[in-house]
Amino acid sequence: MAHKTINIKLRVWRQKDAKSKGGFETYELENISVDSSFLEMIDVLNEKLVSEGKEPVAYDHDCREGICGMCSLFINGRAHGPDSLVTTCQLHMRKFSDGETITVEPWRVGSFPVIKDLMVDRTAYEKIMQAGGFVSVSTGGVPDANAIPIPKANADEAMDAAACIGCGACVATCKNSSAMLFVAAKVSQLALLPQGRIEASRRAKNMVAKMDELGFGNCSNTGACEMECPKGISIAHIARLNREFLSANIKG
Amino acid sequence: MTKLDSKIPEGKLKDKWSNFKAHQNLVNPANKRKIDVIVVGTGLAGGAAAASLAEMGFKVKSFCYQDSPRRAHSIAAQGGINAAKNYPNDGDTVYRLFYDTIKGGDYRAREANVYRLAEVSNAIIDQAVAQGVPFARDYAGYLDNRSFGGALVSRTFYARGQTGQQLLLGAYSALSRQIGLGNVEMHPRTELMDIVKIDGKARGIVTRNLVTGEIESHFGHAVVLATGGYGNVFFLSTNAMGSNGSAAWKAYKKGAFFANPSFVQIHPTAIPQHGDFQSKLTLMSESLRNDGRIWVPKKKEDAEAIRLGKKTAADIPDEDRDFYLERRYPAFGNLVPRDVAARAAKERTDAGYGIENNATKEGVFLDFKYAIQRLGKDVIEARYGNLFQMYEKITDDNPYEVPMKIFPAIHYTMGGIWVDYELQTTVPGLFVIGEANFSDHGANRLGASALMQGLADGYFVLPYTIQNYLAYEFDTPRMNPADVKEFKETEDEVKERINKLMNIKGKQSVDSFHKRLGKVMWNKVGMARNKEGLEEAVKEIREIREEFWKDVYIPGNTDTINPELEKANRVADFLELGELMAYDALNRNESCGGHFRTEYVTEDGEAKRRDDEYMYVAAWEYKGDDKEPELNKEPLKYEEIEVKTRNYKTA
Repeated sequence: MAHKTINIKLRVWRQKDAKSKGGFETYELENISVDSSFLEMIDVLNEKLVSEGKEPVAYDHDCREGICGMCSLFINGRAHGPDSLVTTCQLHMRKFSDGETITVEPWRVGSFPVIKDLMVDRTAYEKIMQAGGFVSVSTGGVPDANAIPIPKANADEAMDAAACIGCGACVATCKNSSAMLFVAAKVSQLALLPQGRIEASRRAKNMVAKMDELGFGNCSNTGACEMECPKGISIAHIARLNREFLSANIKG
Repeated sequence: MTKLDSKIPEGKLKDKWSNFKAHQNLVNPANKRKIDVIVVGTGLAGGAAAASLAEMGFKVKSFCYQDSPRRAHSIAAQGGINAAKNYPNDGDTVYRLFYDTIKGGDYRAREANVYRLAEVSNAIIDQAVAQGVPFARDYAGYLDNRSFGGALVSRTFYARGQTGQQLLLGAYSALSRQIGLGNVEMHPRTELMDIVKIDGKARGIVTRNLVTGEIESHFGHAVVLATGGYGNVFFLSTNAMGSNGSAAWKAYKKGAFFANPSFVQIHPTAIPQHGDFQSKLTLMSESLRNDGRIWVPKKKEDAEAIRLGKKTAADIPDEDRDFYLERRYPAFGNLVPRDVAARAAKERTDAGYGIENNATKEGVFLDFKYAIQRLGKDVIEARYGNLFQMYEKITDDNPYEVPMKIFPAIHYTMGGIWVDYELQTTVPGLFVIGEANFSDHGANRLGASALMQGLADGYFVLPYTIQNYLAYEFDTPRMNPADVKEFKETEDEVKERINKLMNIKGKQSVDSFHKRLGKVMWNKVGMARNKEGLEEAVKEIREIREEFWKDVYIPGNTDTINPELEKANRVADFLELGELMAYDALNRNESCGGHFRTEYVTEDGEAKRRDDEYMYVAAWEYKGDDKEPELNKEPLKYEEIEVKTRNYKTA
């Protein structure tokens, strides 16, 4: 089986640093194997730019297995590009056609400022997690792992929520730049488990307060975040977050 | 051999850790506040250590090159974590986990460390559950286990195919809590450039801020490296793109010994390489070998027909399939340890039975047809759904319908910085934990044991042992690096090296050098090694290194985000580390675990150890750039285990 190749035109956002104004640059690439990943294609572009004495395109990436959450490209108007349930690093060039023009941008979110080309600063997510994305347990002094049985359905649903990789696609997709799906995934995971249940209301309240403080928008239930989430995290978790948040406010 | 004191506590094996804890020095709560600990790396080992030390009351400074501590490559571990809980009631004990780990490591690990690892394994599972890690459970609500290679019991806990992710997020949540409380100062997008020694002790680090390019100094009463393995020396590996060996290499050059650098794990089940533009290899979890059967065609002409696309796997009837692991190792079958499975794949493909149509004609089948017939598609989907989805996204093949194609890939490094029982290096105040040290896996690591070791070191070992050192340090006042000449000198050296790299202004990209190095490493310091090839490798690596320093081209500036400069710094170190690996492999005239010398093979093709001469840890000491490193030996003594030839053919 001979490797099929395509020729493409790329429109890539270039921006020197956080303070500079950015703009699109156009590049043409030939003979890109359809079996290569999107990031391997960017590597080919960068190798070409370096050989021409130009600066390569800066972008975030690391594990290239769809799990670290570092890669964060907005491709042809969609977070992580045209395939569903994948991160950018797992997107393959077979999803594009010969001669296609592909537009590549960073996440466009006020709370995630661009720091260079396609790289953004997601420190805001860290701050939300530090406000409450944990069970307040220290190392040691905990009971045997089987001391508290957990219904399989709850454990499974907690795992569904815990699959979040913190990439920010949900925020980048939301027209309000809301971080509700990200926050809900953590609140829901821990609320479903007896170990996290105890702090569930307080956690919801603290994480939501931090999210609001950092300038993320409100949720208007369009469901766009769920559609673009590379891990398929359901907006049902947002309903659970709302319940916990409400109960926190009733309790005061 | 007097330079190495492994500080193994007195007493019987099973009492050593308790004895150590009972008599070690501790730091009182008021003094903990006066002590700064630097932890570099935020994977399972580093994240767990930083969080635990901060909970205890120490002031912690944590560093990672990624934009968040949650992205360290521990996140990508798929299959599971071992512990001796014996929940399935299948006969597991602490001793058995210890024994399997020593045997799996081909009798090249330190007995006391491994016993302690097995001993604390159960506490890790308890801790993770308390943090809200959603491990797989049965319908009664209790924790489920699966089997992994090299064991006859089911002792592996898992969270779908994302166990590393869930355990890391557990450690990350504990770390986030401590950052929020102000007990940890977090430095993301920051890379270690060197370690600072004052009066012989590690006292801090010099870093580069990857966003602003600033060179900065940080003081610590002790420095802990949790910076992972150096598998990326091979260019193609299952490691993350940014994983590197530079922190360990700096430690080596500052006087820490590098132990068994040639012990590299080649994982049997990765997706085969598909082209020259490829940047990394993707692992398919070992857990798949629970239900997948590995085979190649019995007839060479069938293999060739498959490679040419004239036949598919479905055209080969069962009687013409060679389930070579089941054939060669009936007791363990498809669940032999990784080194054994990887070599067996290489043996078949070298003999012409490979099924993948790539440049090297490699690849074997991992087939789920039989398990789907036996258990149904739903069960297989529940167990491995996310792995199957990942495989399909990458290869465009559906593994529910056609067998996976797999081949071995560089995955993990058992070698690393030499540490004593307290996880301290030969430099006082410098500690190394997790994959970055050498201690627990010998010449081969068993599946689901990396997560166990990282978290054991991070949660339960280092936070104790480091106090044995820090108890003498609390009256050392905090230093302001700006006032200390050693920090200034190290900063100047770092800046000088960066300027040197930038000013080469040659013609070849960093990656082009890295790929050349990787080829030499894979062909000559890879799955099968011999004297001649290793000698060539040493020579070729030196040539590539010389050319690199004359002709590498790094675009851009130093005062901004510059990924090419970051890579150049790492590759420059790999070009030295690669040579030490070849050197170590050359010294070890035997085959053991992942280190396979073609000159040392038994009659039936298995690895031939030479315990009389090589039952030691090879700890290399840096003597200067133009000098040969000096070999220090730590003899390995097995008091509670009978040293045997590994046998996976019979139980």
